[in-house]
Amino acid sequence: MTVALSGKGVAEEISKRFPGSVVSSDEMTIVVSCDKLFAVAEFLKTSDLTMDYLVNLTSVDYVDYFEVVYHLVSIKRNHSLTLKTRLYGREKPSVASVTPLWRGAELQEREVYDLMGITFEGHPNLKRLLLWEGYPGHPLRRDYL
Amino acid sequence: METTQLRTEPFVINLGPHHPSTHGVFRMRVVFDGEVVVDVEPMFGYLHRGIEKLAEGRTYTQIIPLTDRLDYLAAMSNNWGYVMAVEKLASVPVPERAEYLRIIVGEMMRISSHLLATGFLINELGAFFTPLMYMYREREKLLDLFDMLCGQRLTYNYMRVGGVSHDPPPEWWPAVKRFVQEMPSYIDDYENLITTNEIVLSRTKGVGVLSRELAINASASGPFLRASGIDWDLRRDDTYSIYNRFKFDIPIGTNGDVYDRYMCRVKEMRQSVRIIEQALQQVPKGEFRSNVPHLIRPPVGDVYGHIEAPRGELGFYLVSDNSIAPYRFHVRPSTMINLTTLRDLTIGWKLADLIVIFGSVDVVLGEIDR
Repeated sequence: MTVALSGKGVAEEISKRFPGSVVSSDEMTIVVSCDKLFAVAEFLKTSDLTMDYLVNLTSVDYVDYFEVVYHLVSIKRNHSLTLKTRLYGREKPSVASVTPLWRGAELQEREVYDLMGITFEGHPNLKRLLLWEGYPGHPLRRDYL
Repeated sequence: METTQLRTEPFVINLGPHHPSTHGVFRMRVVFDGEVVVDVEPMFGYLHRGIEKLAEGRTYTQIIPLTDRLDYLAAMSNNWGYVMAVEKLASVPVPERAEYLRIIVGEMMRISSHLLATGFLINELGAFFTPLMYMYREREKLLDLFDMLCGQRLTYNYMRVGGVSHDPPPEWWPAVKRFVQEMPSYIDDYENLITTNEIVLSRTKGVGVLSRELAINASASGPFLRASGIDWDLRRDDTYSIYNRFKFDIPIGTNGDVYDRYMCRVKEMRQSVRIIEQALQQVPKGEFRSNVPHLIRPPVGDVYGHIEAPRGELGFYLVSDNSIAPYRFHVRPSTMINLTTLRDLTIGWKLADLIVIFGSVDVVLGEIDR
C-alpha cells in the first residue's frame, strides 16, 4: 500500500533546506512558491525521499490564481506526495519545467500549456498538444466561454 | 570495379491520421533515411472532444458515460476509476457485493483489452486479420457477457457512485463460470500460435527496448512499465477495492522489448482468470448499490484516485467546490504518457518495426485525446 507522506513533515524538511519556500502545507499536500519549485522538486527527487516517479501533472484555474499540481510517487520506497504551486496573474503565468527531472512531464506540460495557457520555462519543446497552433484562448480556463 | 558512393537524403512521411496501423486517428511525422527512422514526432488531438471541459458542466453521475468514451476498449475500467475517485472525495461506502462485481467485470475487461493488444500485434507483424479473429472470438464472448449485464457492448455506463447499476441476471453467473473454465485453453492456443513462432521471435525480440531507468523517469505504466522489469502494479502496491483478498502474481519482463510486452499481457490474462475464479467463489449476497443521493455534493477539496487499468495507471483528479458538478475534472491518460518515449524506442529501426513498436504500446486514441 502506498503510504501518503505527511505534507507537514516534508514541509519542515524543505523549509530547512530552502527557507521561505513553503507557502502552506497540510496532511496530504505541500504548496511551494513558484520560484522555488524546481529546486524543491529536485530535492524531492534526489534526497532520500527518492520521488523517482511523476505520476500526474495538471493544473486548476482558481480565478485568483492558477495552481499546478504534481503527484509524486517513489517506486523504490512506495510512498507518495502531492506538490502544488500557485501562479498569480492571468496574463502570462509561468513556472519552471520539471521535464529535465522527469521525462514523464514532457507531454503533460504541453497539455497544460495548451489548455490552460501556463508557460513552462526550460521545456525542450513547448507547443500546443491537442489543439492547433493559432487556436484562440485556452479552453480549460474558467473565463473561456 | 569501382563502387559509386550513393548519396541519400532524409525524407518525411506523414503516418496517419488515417493509417490502419495507428489504432484510430494518431499521426506521426516520421523522418526516414532510406528505410531507417531518423526522427519521430507524434501529433495528437484528432479525437479531442474536450471531455475535461464538458465534465465541468455535468453532475457527478452524468460524467460516468463520458468516461466510457475515454478508453473505449476498456470502458469498465474507466467507469471504475472515476467512480472510485468520487467515492474517495465524497466518502461514499461501497457494498461488498458491488466490490466483487467490480473486480469481476474489471478483470474481464482486462482480458478483453489484452486480447486485442495481442491480436493486433500479430496483425502489425503482417499476418493480416486471420489470427486476430481468434482473439476476436473470445472478446465477442466477453462482450456478450457485458451485454447481458448492462445491455451494452462497448460503452457500458455500468458503475455508479456507491456501487453498480444492476445486479447481474441469474443466468449471467453460470455464463461467466463457463467462460473462466474455457479461457485458459484459449490462451494456450494463442501461445501455441505466437509465443514460439520463429517470425514473431525474430521480429519482436530485442526490438524497441525501453530501459528500466527511462521507464520510471518517463512515467510509463501498466504492462509497458512491467515489461522493463519494474515490479509495480497498483492492484498490489496501492491496493484498492478488495484486491488484497485475492492471490495473484504480477508478471514482469526482463528486457523491455516488444516480446516482453506481449508476454506480460498474456500472463496477465491468466492472472485475471485466476482472480475472477476466486471472486466467483467468494461473492456474497446483498445490496449492489449503497444509498446515494441523486445529486452528489462532495465537500470542498481535491482528490486523486487511480486504478490499474489494462493500459496502465488511469488516474482521475477531481476538484470539488461543494456544488453538484466538479470544479475541475482531469484524467491521467496512461497511454499518452507511455508515448513520451516513442521517439527513443523507434529511432534506428525500420518503418516496419516502427509499426510494431508503436502497436506494442497499445494505445487508444479516445483516452489520449480526450
